[in-house]
Amino acid sequence: MGSIHLKNIFKSFGPTRVLKNVSLEINDGEFTALVGPSGCGKSTLLRILAGLEDLDNGTVSIDGRDVSGVRASDRNLSMVFQSYALYPHLTVRENIAVPLRMRQLNPSQRLPLIGSMITPATAKKEITDKINTATDMLDIGHLLDRKPGQLSGGQRQRVALGRALVRDPEAFLLDEPLSNLDAKLRVQTRAEITQLHRQLDATFVYVTHDQVEAMTMADRIAVMMDGEILQYDTPENIYSKPASIHVAEFIGSPKINIFPVELISPDQGTRFQIGVRPEYLKQKNGKFRLKAVISHLENLGPEIQVQFTLPGIDTLFHTRLDPKSAGSLTIGSTTQFGFDEVDCHLFNDRGVRLSPHKTRQFFKTLNDST
Amino acid sequence: MINAFFLSSTIKHGVLLVGALIVLVPFYMMVSYSFKSPGEIERNTGGFFGSQELMVDERCVKLQDPNKDEVIALRPRFPGLDDDGVRKAFMAEVEQDCSMIPVVFNYSKAFSQAPLLRYLLNGVIVTVSIFLIQIVVALPAAFALSKLRFWGRETVFTMVILGLLIPVHAIALPLYIMLAKVELINTYAALIVPWTISVFGIFLMRQFFMTVPDDLIDAARMDGMSEYAIVWRVMLPTAIPALLAFAIFSVVAHWNDYFWPRIVITGDRSLFTPPLGLREFKGDADGSFYGPMMATATVIVTPLIVAFLLAQKRFIEGITLTGMK
Repeated sequence: MGSIHLKNIFKSFGPTRVLKNVSLEINDGEFTALVGPSGCGKSTLLRILAGLEDLDNGTVSIDGRDVSGVRASDRNLSMVFQSYALYPHLTVRENIAVPLRMRQLNPSQRLPLIGSMITPATAKKEITDKINTATDMLDIGHLLDRKPGQLSGGQRQRVALGRALVRDPEAFLLDEPLSNLDAKLRVQTRAEITQLHRQLDATFVYVTHDQVEAMTMADRIAVMMDGEILQYDTPENIYSKPASIHVAEFIGSPKINIFPVELISPDQGTRFQIGVRPEYLKQKNGKFRLKAVISHLENLGPEIQVQFTLPGIDTLFHTRLDPKSAGSLTIGSTTQFGFDEVDCHLFNDRGVRLSPHKTRQFFKTLNDST
Repeated sequence: MINAFFLSSTIKHGVLLVGALIVLVPFYMMVSYSFKSPGEIERNTGGFFGSQELMVDERCVKLQDPNKDEVIALRPRFPGLDDDGVRKAFMAEVEQDCSMIPVVFNYSKAFSQAPLLRYLLNGVIVTVSIFLIQIVVALPAAFALSKLRFWGRETVFTMVILGLLIPVHAIALPLYIMLAKVELINTYAALIVPWTISVFGIFLMRQFFMTVPDDLIDAARMDGMSEYAIVWRVMLPTAIPALLAFAIFSVVAHWNDYFWPRIVITGDRSLFTPPLGLREFKGDADGSFYGPMMATATVIVTPLIVAFLLAQKRFIEGITLTGMK
């Protein structure tokens, strides 16, 4: 159906450079999440892909066809908007019918009143069938005669999804579709969208600022920051092998701990940064131990999130502990947290991840010196 | 404190009452005169409705005064009378025929003295055509000015605002000359064409479209709509409240307009709009036509007042809309 290839995309709004040489290749049937902090250009990239925004430079191809100059309406993509963007004057049924009517009927058949009389019954039936299939899939059959104003947020979101999947587009574009839902509904809809993706076997491009959504739903994640894609990989690799400190810090909650270290060799000192995910910091355990002062405790039930400081360093560090073992900790008390070599991510002073070879070398030197 | 509050609100309401009276009294007079007989109007008696006593229409009587031949023809109807007697008896009958209650007299005169229905029809043709063409022009223009990015958009919008500042009367003469050059004077086109581009309409709709979320338009594009389809299928239905407000502004202005029709309709009475129809009753030396004149005026304003009452809520919404950023 739809493979997508974005090549060397540049985009500026006035003096602000929003996208700086972005390239992205999405395979047919893949679920790709574009994730990043707000203002990183992810929505702009999606809009460029959709054809809603012009690009300054670069090419967009869908299924091998260069569509860079093609209007949004001629690209055969479906989009779900954050605000749902349903037509307020049309019922749910009519809303979902719009993309079909616009593409399958000719202008005279779309005329009000007269149009319906000259539309052949087969075309009408085809549209009705497709609407029914889509609404059954989303379980909104009972809402068909309501106006969007009479629907709850979750229902509107479903209608917006219905409008997107009622026809057979090359790809589905979703722009933060869950961010207006409450937390519980968000988790539920998340699973449903993933299920839809499996069912339809279509290409999905999903923009979100929520790393949990990206991690749980996507086949591959493109982490964006400041108009660039920092890493494009599977969720597992993004988490366990972050390409840079920025990626490591953005993905994962609580944030990864970054310990600055300086390796002093005879001739010069070299700065490194060691990243350790909170769950790999162990209390009074591990090869490398750190003396920590507890500054805050949050009991979440199954785990306790601990914030601590290290002597001489201002930043807050995080770890998660089993409530049983953390029982004795109080705010202000001192303890030790440790980690092992295998749980470390090593970055150089510019924040770039070091190769496994260089990492081994680093720890060898470190072990030799201690 | 309470006394001070009471006093200030009394003054406020007093001022408002006086204002309301100043606005309402002419209407009161108009409706009242349309009920009364000429005598009551002249003497200023009879209250609001007049006494509604039978009155004799002098003109009607005068017109039927028989001449000698007619009297001879009438002789068989009044046997045993001489010619003078026949005439008197006939005139008594005529006088009875020409008697009617003033309200009927006024309103029947309004419709018979001038072809008022024709004028009303002209008014409908002109105002509806103006309004429809104004929408055809204003909606795409407002859409472009609010939702499309193009070079010079702000300049164009500034020109629209400047257009709002130009009074019609200032450009009436050049407009007249231009219409005369293309020989459109004394046509419907002369009444309609100069009003088809309404800068006010463009401005009002542009302000409304600014409040329509961009996502809705993008969604329409994704659904396969062209820009024109977006204007008519998405923007138009969402803009109904603003359009209704604009409709009232536009229709009221052009239905009531006296100035422009007076200029471009110079001869052909079949093109007269309702306000021009009022002139039929003006300048009659006997001055007895105030009643029918006011009846005509009442007939002319009634459709507007009814329309306003029906759409009152929307109208006020529309006014608050214009003040919206």
